[in-house]
Amino acid sequence: MLKIDNLRVNYGGIEAVKGISFEVPDKSIVTLIGANGAGKSTTLRSIVGLAKPSAGSSITLDGKELIGMDTPDIVSKGIALVPEGRRVFPDMTVIENIKIGAYLRNDNLDEDINWVYDLFPRLKERSWQLSGTLSGGEQQMLAVARALMSHPRILMMDEPSLGLAPLIVKDIFSIIKEINKKGVTVLLIEQNANMALHTADVGYVLETGRITLSGPGKELLADESVKAAYLGKKKD
Amino acid sequence: MSLSTFLQQCLTGISLGGAYALIAIGYTLVYGILRLINFAHGDIFMMAGYFMIFAMATFPWYIAIPIVLLITVLLGVSIERVAYRPLRTAPRMSVMISAIGVSYLLQNLATYLFTALPKGYPEIPFLKKIFKIGGLSASFVTFLTPVLTLIIVYALIILINKTKIGMAMRAVSKDYDTASLMGIKINRVITFTFAIGSLLAAVGSILYFTDRMTVFPFSGSLPGLKCFVAAVFGGIGSIPGAVIGGFILGLGETALVAMGYSTFSDAFTFVLLIVILLIKPTGLFGEKTTDKV
Ligand SMILES: Nc1ncnc2c1ncn2[C@@H]1O[C@H](COP(=O)(O)OP(=O)(O)OP(=O)(O)O)[C@@H](O)[C@H]1O
Ligand SMILES: [Mg+2]
Repeated sequence: MLKIDNLRVNYGGIEAVKGISFEVPDKSIVTLIGANGAGKSTTLRSIVGLAKPSAGSSITLDGKELIGMDTPDIVSKGIALVPEGRRVFPDMTVIENIKIGAYLRNDNLDEDINWVYDLFPRLKERSWQLSGTLSGGEQQMLAVARALMSHPRILMMDEPSLGLAPLIVKDIFSIIKEINKKGVTVLLIEQNANMALHTADVGYVLETGRITLSGPGKELLADESVKAAYLGKKKD
Repeated sequence: MSLSTFLQQCLTGISLGGAYALIAIGYTLVYGILRLINFAHGDIFMMAGYFMIFAMATFPWYIAIPIVLLITVLLGVSIERVAYRPLRTAPRMSVMISAIGVSYLLQNLATYLFTALPKGYPEIPFLKKIFKIGGLSASFVTFLTPVLTLIIVYALIILINKTKIGMAMRAVSKDYDTASLMGIKINRVITFTFAIGSLLAAVGSILYFTDRMTVFPFSGSLPGLKCFVAAVFGGIGSIPGAVIGGFILGLGETALVAMGYSTFSDAFTFVLLIVILLIKPTGLFGEKTTDKV
C-alpha cells in the first residue's frame, strides 16, 4: 500500500501542497481531482522523488519511506508515472520510446510490445516514426504505453486523457480498468472528473494544496459541491 | 603542385583532421548531455600526452597504451565528479566557470610537475614506420589515423543508436526528469559519457603527438580550441558534425600550410567559426527541434 502522510511541498517559499494525507490501497483505483494549480502534479512528482517535500512529510510504500530516495530507485520498486504533458522522447522512434519504458527489465519484451500495440493500434502503424512528429493524442497514447512497459505495481497517470478525442478517452479509461483488473494499482489525476470518479474506487478532492473532500467515487459524483465545481452542473 | 604532392597534402590533412575529430567528439558528447562546454577537454588531451611519456618510460608500447587510455578515462571521470557534479543544479554559467578553472588547474599542475619545457614524446616504433602507397609516402600513423577515426566513430554511432546505454544517453540528453522516470541513473550516464570522451581524447592524443614529437603544458590549449570550433561548426551535440568539422579543419589548415600561408593556418579555425556563426549559427547538423509542446 502507498501511504502519503502530511505531505508538504514548497516552491521557493510558496507552499503548493499543504499537508495532505491519503492512501492508495493495493489493486485499487484512486483518483485526485482538483482545479488548476491545486497541487495534484506536485503530489505525484513527490511520490517519484522529482519534487522535494518539506521536513515532516512522509510517503511510504509497504511501510518503507520513499522520501529521500532517488527517482530511479523509487521507479525500480514498481511505481511508474505517466507525466503531465506526455514527455515522450521526441528524437526517438515510437518503438524506442516503448522499449525505454522497459529500461529496468532484462527479459524478453516482444510479448509486452505486442500487448501495448494491441491496446494502441495507432502506435503500431507508426512504430518507426519519430515520436516528436506524432500528434498530441498519439504522444499521449505512447506515454501510457511506455509506462505500461515497466510492468508497474502502481501506475500513476497525470491527466492521461488530456487532449484526446472523446472516443479515445473512453478507450483510455477502459484500458485503465483492464490493467487494474490484472492487479495493477492506479493513481489517477484527471480534469475529466466525471470519467475519473466513475472509474475510481476512491476519490480525493484537492483545493489549493489541501484535501477538502474524499470518499468512494460514486459518492463524490453525487456530492453537490463536486457537481458544481468539477462536473459543470448547477446546484439545484 | 604535382598530383602526388597534392595527394600527399590531402593525406596529411585528413590525418590531422582525424585526430581533431576524435577530440571534437568529446566536446560534442559532453555538451549533448550536460549542455556544458568542457573547457578542460583540451587539457585532458594534453595530460594524456604526459601519461604516455611516463608509461613508455617503463613499459613497452602495447602495455603503455592501455594504461594511458585507462588513466585518461579516470582523469576525465574524476574531473566530472569533483568539479561538475556538485554543480548539477547550479546555473549553467557556474559549471562553465568551473570548467575553465579545471583547465587552468591542469595546465598549472602540468607546469609544476613536468616544468614548462617541452618534453619529447616517445616513439612508438610501428607508428613511425614509413609506408609507401602508390606515390604517397608517410609514417604509418598518418595512414592509420583517419581509418581508426572512422572505425571509432562507427562503433560510437552503433553504441548510441543500438545499445541500452546509448538509448539512456539519448534520453538523458533530452530530459533528465523523464529519463530518471524510466529508471535511468543520470549520474551514471554522465560518468559514462565523460569516460568515452576522455577515451577518445587519449586515442587522439597518441595519434596527434606521435606526429608532433613534443608535449608541453599548453599543448592542449590550441588543439582544444580548434576542436571545440570543429564541434561548433558541425553543430555541437552532433557526432557526425564533429567528425566532419574535424576533417574540414585538418584539411583547411594543411591546405594553407601547403600554399605557403602557414602563419595563417591557426587563423583558419576562427574564419571557420565566424563563417558558420554568420551563415548557420547552429552548425552544419545543428539540433532540429521536433518537440511538440
Ligand atoms: N517548479 C515549480 N516552481 C514553482 N512553482 C511551482 C512549480 N511547480 C508547480 N508550482 C506551483 O505549485 C502549484 C501546484 O502546481 P501543480 O502542478 O501541482 O498543480 P496541478 O494541480 O497539477 O494543476 P494542473 O491541473 O493545472 O495541472 C501551482 O501554483 C504551481 O504554480
Ligand atoms: Mg498538473
